[in-house]
Amino acid sequence: MKDAVTHYCAGCGHGIVHRIICEIVDELDIRERLIGIAPVGCAVIAYDYWNFDVTEAAHGRVPSVATGIKRTRPDKIVFGYQGDGDLAAIGTAEIIHAANRGENITIIFVNNAVYGMTGGQMAPTTMLKQKTATTPLGRDQKIHGFPLRVCELLSNLSGVMYAERVAINNPQNVLKAKRAIKKAFENQIKNVGFSIVEVLSPCPTYLGLSPQEAVKWVGEEMTKEYPLKIFKDIT
Amino acid sequence: MPKIKIDIEKCKGCGLCILYCPKGHIKQSKSLNKKGVYPVGFIEKDGCSGCSFCAIICPDLCITIYK
Repeated sequence: MKDAVTHYCAGCGHGIVHRIICEIVDELDIRERLIGIAPVGCAVIAYDYWNFDVTEAAHGRVPSVATGIKRTRPDKIVFGYQGDGDLAAIGTAEIIHAANRGENITIIFVNNAVYGMTGGQMAPTTMLKQKTATTPLGRDQKIHGFPLRVCELLSNLSGVMYAERVAINNPQNVLKAKRAIKKAFENQIKNVGFSIVEVLSPCPTYLGLSPQEAVKWVGEEMTKEYPLKIFKDIT
Repeated sequence: MPKIKIDIEKCKGCGLCILYCPKGHIKQSKSLNKKGVYPVGFIEKDGCSGCSFCAIICPDLCITIYK
């Protein structure tokens, strides 16, 4: 990581995930071979913090850009970093088809159950009864539908080789998340195929909680809707 | 004796390290930093085991562990 102060709010999970990726890049010694793709969302200027090559994709199109880079430069390690508004809303078609094609890329999906950058609106992954800027009375299944479980959805596709959901709500889970993301990168180095790791992350600002309460909420409430486990591992 | 060093100008005062320090050696300081938040401070006394929970959970890379 560059020696920069991130623009994220206090207690945001993005900083932890950024650091995990940088630690893995150093451990696997792939910095000179790595190309990251930043999403649209809170992590839109992740290239200011990562000290390796990063490009930017249009909203939701990270898997498509990653596909293009990986097919033209198969020697490079390509990973996409996406949030839930990016991957699960506008980019649903791209992620499903990239996964179904079995592209040899790694996707890191940071799920915080809310749109962070645009002001805390309801995301597809918002939990039932959760209050957001656009669901002031809580998410109602009759009006807004149900939360989208991306790992469950993608693990049914034949092209997906590795799908795991982790959380970063306490130090133990951060270490588990690091192991999962490291495995996803190793899969790509071994040419195994498409790997996705979903990371449940706190967004204290738009959950309306303090950072300490937000990590507890992720551990107690969010993991009920989004269980932490390995959904698929054909490696 | 393990000890930690906190970069108070980078700290955003989220307090996750306070929550997860098993020994309670980290607390909110009483003076503001340049950002205008109350950073955390390390209480210098015996008993820090160097478990590095604080550094693992810190979202802003403010904490360095010396063992």
